[in-house]
Amino acid sequence: MSDKKNWPLWEVFVRSKNGLEHRHFGSLHAADADMALENARDVYTRRNEGVSIWVVESKDITASNPENNGELFEPAQDKVYRHPTFYDLPDEVKHM
Amino acid sequence: MKNENLYKYILGIADNSLILGQRMGELCGHGPSLETDIACTNISLDLFGQVRSYYQYAAKITGDGRTEDDIAMLRKEREYVNVLLVEQPNRDFAYTIGRQFLFDVYHYMFLAQLQKSHDVTLSAIAAKCIKEVSYHKRFSSDWIKRLGDGTQESRAKMQDAINGLWTYTDELFHMTDADTAMIKEGISVDVSTLKENYYQQVKSILEEAILEVPESKWFQKGGKQGIHTEHLGYLLSDLQYMQRTYPNMEW
Repeated sequence: MSDKKNWPLWEVFVRSKNGLEHRHFGSLHAADADMALENARDVYTRRNEGVSIWVVESKDITASNPENNGELFEPAQDKVYRHPTFYDLPDEVKHM
Repeated sequence: MKNENLYKYILGIADNSLILGQRMGELCGHGPSLETDIACTNISLDLFGQVRSYYQYAAKITGDGRTEDDIAMLRKEREYVNVLLVEQPNRDFAYTIGRQFLFDVYHYMFLAQLQKSHDVTLSAIAAKCIKEVSYHKRFSSDWIKRLGDGTQESRAKMQDAINGLWTYTDELFHMTDADTAMIKEGISVDVSTLKENYYQQVKSILEEAILEVPESKWFQKGGKQGIHTEHLGYLLSDLQYMQRTYPNMEW
């Protein structure tokens, strides 16, 4: 731990009881990964929310730059044909 | 009371959790970090949950209309039979963790045995509690190692706390009259048999934390007979304030 006074920030992902995937729940401070897991358990799952927890140090996440939102996301807005909504899905196919 | 020994036996278990729960609850809003603050109050709430099961059972045994709240809130200091260890104050975070650790190791071993009690209510409560206590033990042991094997300052504080609390550990293994009476019926745990294993476990974690195991053989006792350190009175005045000031108040 390089900085003993300020614990690094961690992002917490929790898979809830009926959920299929881990979802971002929030962030917290912890000295290392083990402590981050324990803290996540206490901070985010004390009301019986989860069955699995992932933690990742915030600095390890590479995020897109909001300034680039125009070029990144706007081109997709007028291409409705890229949505698979033109197919009839059988009822047996779940979680689409 | 027909089952006086059983009643006293239950209080002997439950009072430890009540008083320790109150001590951990004092950290609500005062923990060293947001995350540890929540962790400590979680432990407190676990303990209060356990206490409710015990006191509800005890209240039923009295058969005189007493409720769990009467038992928790309206006894006098001398009528509380918790061990001295759990009433020791939160001098600093090392003391909080040291007290929790020294109790958790005992608590876990005790509940493992209580699960085998012939009293089905007690064995069911023990089976439910032991999962929570298993986590408490992991939490406090981890912190013992972090602080012991941490910086020079954290190590000094952790050692100081262990040295200061050590004198209260032996009492955990003293048998009360109720303990002895309930052994004959296969209800109680013979706590005196847990002692050796307890000190072995505690020592191995202290050594992992590069902390010294205190050598003092001078131990305090009295809590189980209602003779407490000066700290319990102040704790009870906090705990009981609302019921003493507004009797029978509910919310």
